Amino acid sequence: MVSARNSLLADVLSRSQKDIFNEWVAAQLRSAGSRSDLITETELREQSRDFLQRLGAAVAAGSDDGDGPAWAPVRELLDTLSRARARRGFSASETATFIFSLKEPLFARLRQELGRDADALAAATWSATVLLDRLGLYTTEVYQKGREEVIARQQRELLELSTPVVELWDGVLGLPLIGTLDSARTQVVMENLLSRIVETGASIAIIDITGVPTVDTLVAQHLLKTIAAARLMGADCIISGIRPQIAQTIVHLGVDLNAVATKATLAGAFTVALQRTGYTVSRPPRA
Amino acid sequence: MERIPILKMGEFLLVSIQVDMHDRLAMTLQDDLTAQIVKRRARGVLIDISSLEIVDSFIGRTLANIAAMSRILDAETVVVGMRPAVAITLVELGMSLSGVRTALDVERGMAMLRASLAAGNGGAAGGDGAATH
Amino acid sequence: MALLRTEKLPVQSQDDVVQVRQAVRAWAVELGFSLVEQTKIVTAASELARNAVVHGGGGSVELESVETAGRRGLRLTFVDHGPGIADIEQAMKDGYTTGGGLGLGLGGAKRLSNDFEIRSQPGAGTWVRIVRWK
Repeated sequence: MVSARNSLLADVLSRSQKDIFNEWVAAQLRSAGSRSDLITETELREQSRDFLQRLGAAVAAGSDDGDGPAWAPVRELLDTLSRARARRGFSASETATFIFSLKEPLFARLRQELGRDADALAAATWSATVLLDRLGLYTTEVYQKGREEVIARQQRELLELSTPVVELWDGVLGLPLIGTLDSARTQVVMENLLSRIVETGASIAIIDITGVPTVDTLVAQHLLKTIAAARLMGADCIISGIRPQIAQTIVHLGVDLNAVATKATLAGAFTVALQRTGYTVSRPPRA
Repeated sequence: MERIPILKMGEFLLVSIQVDMHDRLAMTLQDDLTAQIVKRRARGVLIDISSLEIVDSFIGRTLANIAAMSRILDAETVVVGMRPAVAITLVELGMSLSGVRTALDVERGMAMLRASLAAGNGGAAGGDGAATH
Repeated sequence: MALLRTEKLPVQSQDDVVQVRQAVRAWAVELGFSLVEQTKIVTAASELARNAVVHGGGGSVELESVETAGRRGLRLTFVDHGPGIADIEQAMKDGYTTGGGLGLGLGGAKRLSNDFEIRSQPGAGTWVRIVRWK
């Protein structure tokens, strides 16, 4: 059911779309947060035009609350827009300005149409501001999520960089773990190691934990899972660098390492790896 | 009825699973393989699962069964080419597939089978430190 | 929780199990799950679909994309009107298999999902719902 307020808003939007569009774009370009370094004018005009069309369609469909299926296209646009701006480096308010700067030109039009009827004008302005506020807040939420995704991705990349898998020898990989291991990091490490095994065709992976100060049950479990997964793919793992404290922790935790080869040092593990892959190391006799 | 083709390569049988298998197909493969091992007097079976995007508990058990049955028939089985995502998921599922030898690819799997045969090894304990429990 | 999209599929035969795997894969890809996450939920779906066919006499699955607190997820609900499960706790344990035993795959499906819910009674069929969040 189309309410009276709605049809007024819908009318104004459709009749004065061009004027509202021009004034709105101008307002955005004028504003301090327009970020011409991050978005071109053409893009801005395109986004604004698209938004106005979808907004008009949604309001004409009869609802003005910003929710529901009629508003899906609007939300979709805001999703794309906010995420893109989050990725490009806009701030939250610079992103929300897109919506809020629409108020002035819209209210100006409403005033023009309804100037004579104070009550109608007040009602229409109120519902328009509530609508735009809601959309503006939605934009900010999506932006927020977008920023979180960027940060998560950066963290992940940092994790990958900090746990490099090294090809020690033909078919032998080395994974020197350094620092505290947590669940998220261990998972990244796990996936990284396994894909490197495929890439290099390695049959042995040496996981060196000399640089890991503590190991808790969860981390131990993750490591064991990694080793089990590597084994399923045809690669054996050797854990090296287990310090006395960690050995104690492992026993106390009741973690079963019987199926896993362990060596005190990376060098020791490497020797075993060479032997297993069919190499012998010899020193030529000195003259 | 569709069947997964079994190729003979010398003393070994090679199976390459390329389709998303339903249970019936897996069971048929199990039957076909054991029959072929006997018929062709095969000493080894290579199962290439590099095309499989999913290995669930039924397929996992089927692979374990094939390995066990082959062993009884004096043939070694090597499963090759398991994808990382599949390996991670199988471990999470709780399937260790102990008793199933694995290798990275067909080439390595073949080498493993040949080495095993040369060593006169028909049993599960691979003395070369290959990936097996 | 907002429901964004939904699809219902029959789970009556083994061919249906394969169809369900492919449908879940397609949804997971569309929702942007990583390869490992996709594999986990498709495998969980395979376990539950098989249960419905083999133990539940056939049923159906509903695929839904859901959203809560800004997170998107894939929700699968398997329903069958079979004999039901008398001892759910035991059934969950049976799913933990190291290659032997029948197992119902329930424990496995739970481990591969973020959320897991099951309702079943002898004579009243089985209802299992899993969610994997992005």
